[in-house]
Amino acid sequence: MVQHIDVSSVLRRTVCDLYSNLVTRPTGAAVRAEIEALVAERPAGARTLTVIDFTHVGLLDYSCADEVVAKLLLRYSTPDAPHDAYFVLRGTHEAHVDAIETVLARYGLALVLEDSERHARLVGAVGDDERRVWDAVYRVGPADVTTVTAVLANEQAARWEPDGVGRVMDELFARRVVIAVGTRYLAVGRTEVAVG
Amino acid sequence: MTTVIQVPPSLDDVTFEQVLDRLAPLPADDKILLDARHTRWASPFGLTGMLTIAQTRSARPALAVPDAEDTQSYWSRAGFFKHAEPLFDFHGTVPRARAVAESSVLLEITPVAKSGDVHEVVELIQARAQQILSNELGIDAQASVRFVMTLSEVCQNVVEHAGRGGWVAVQTYKWRQRLGRRVVQIAVCDAGVGFRRSLESTPGRVLDDRWDDGMALEEAVVRGVSRFRDRGRGQGLAGARNFLGKWAGKLSVRSGTARIAIVPPWDDDLPLREQLAPFAGAQVQITIPERV
Repeated sequence: MVQHIDVSSVLRRTVCDLYSNLVTRPTGAAVRAEIEALVAERPAGARTLTVIDFTHVGLLDYSCADEVVAKLLLRYSTPDAPHDAYFVLRGTHEAHVDAIETVLARYGLALVLEDSERHARLVGAVGDDERRVWDAVYRVGPADVTTVTAVLANEQAARWEPDGVGRVMDELFARRVVIAVGTRYLAVGRTEVAVG
Repeated sequence: MTTVIQVPPSLDDVTFEQVLDRLAPLPADDKILLDARHTRWASPFGLTGMLTIAQTRSARPALAVPDAEDTQSYWSRAGFFKHAEPLFDFHGTVPRARAVAESSVLLEITPVAKSGDVHEVVELIQARAQQILSNELGIDAQASVRFVMTLSEVCQNVVEHAGRGGWVAVQTYKWRQRLGRRVVQIAVCDAGVGFRRSLESTPGRVLDDRWDDGMALEEAVVRGVSRFRDRGRGQGLAGARNFLGKWAGKLSVRSGTARIAIVPPWDDDLPLREQLAPFAGAQVQITIPERV
């Protein structure tokens, strides 16, 4: 199930209809609460992908990025998360990314951003192996560990083993940047069709 | 009896200390007159700092306004008299406020007391900042955005930690004395609890013998420590420091009896000054020079 949330609409609806900037903690907390409420409207137990659209957001400061992005991810990255929820950020510009990367690094979180061409990339506290495996899954689409290992081995001089790739994949799954469907994995950011 | 305190001819963060040196020994209920008749120039720090002085006085202070018409006019356009009127008894003629666009005033003196004020500040400055910073200081659009982010974070420190309202002002001017080029300067001043008392309010905090205003500033400004336990706190000033590092900007924060500075290569300020005249709250100044 895919859900699109225009953050600037949420901002205007929940805080003030004149604002176009995501600044201050109280504003960020109010926006996050509304996003969580929208996610909670989905049926219990359903897997949801939420596309959070920043296209019409002017400024995002560090405090607001902490409240809107980091604390949202923290809530859904734990084993007792209220929903099986995944998130993609769309329409972010360079300064948004600066604030987002800063707060992700603070908590060791990772996230998928989608650019205007709908290409996704992984940002945040991400190791080299995690990034390579995620990139491979993103390129090949839904794939099992054996397939991803073969892709990586082909591209990177066979230094990959299925066990190692499986471990990294599990980490990426725990960090909500890939989705496990049976024995196959999908990179968040290529999952709209599969999840929807 | 009223104590007269001369306001220096050029009032900035450095000469402001002369005013505080005179002010420090006086009880808050003593009557004072800030004599600015011979003052010809004031930075955003100087103007917002004078407002915070009034906040610290229990006896309503007086202010002798500058004699020079152009100085009066500039202070008026910067919004100083509008905010000073409820705080000071004026001596001398206060010019009537005119709605004249002032190109060097990026943001006239604006009160900051609640979260909504920070939104107002950001909305007000955004359009002008990009145009002026780009045209006059060679700062590109992305850096202008980070400039406004920095402004937002510094203003939020007042809302979250000061315990009372403060003021912000942003101005560009040619800094002949130090640099010989244009700068943009942000001043955010409050007369609230200050960094030391704010950090002391952290539950369970143990204070050692060396704990003072200087240590509190080092913790907050250099190490990003906040009175809140939340791991996400303290990122605002850290983000500001990163931005200023990239643009050779200077950050200084005065609180209590100490002043800490992140000093760029073009400046010879001391990183930490201690045993200054005590003054309430926190006074922040950010200076970003023109790109050459």
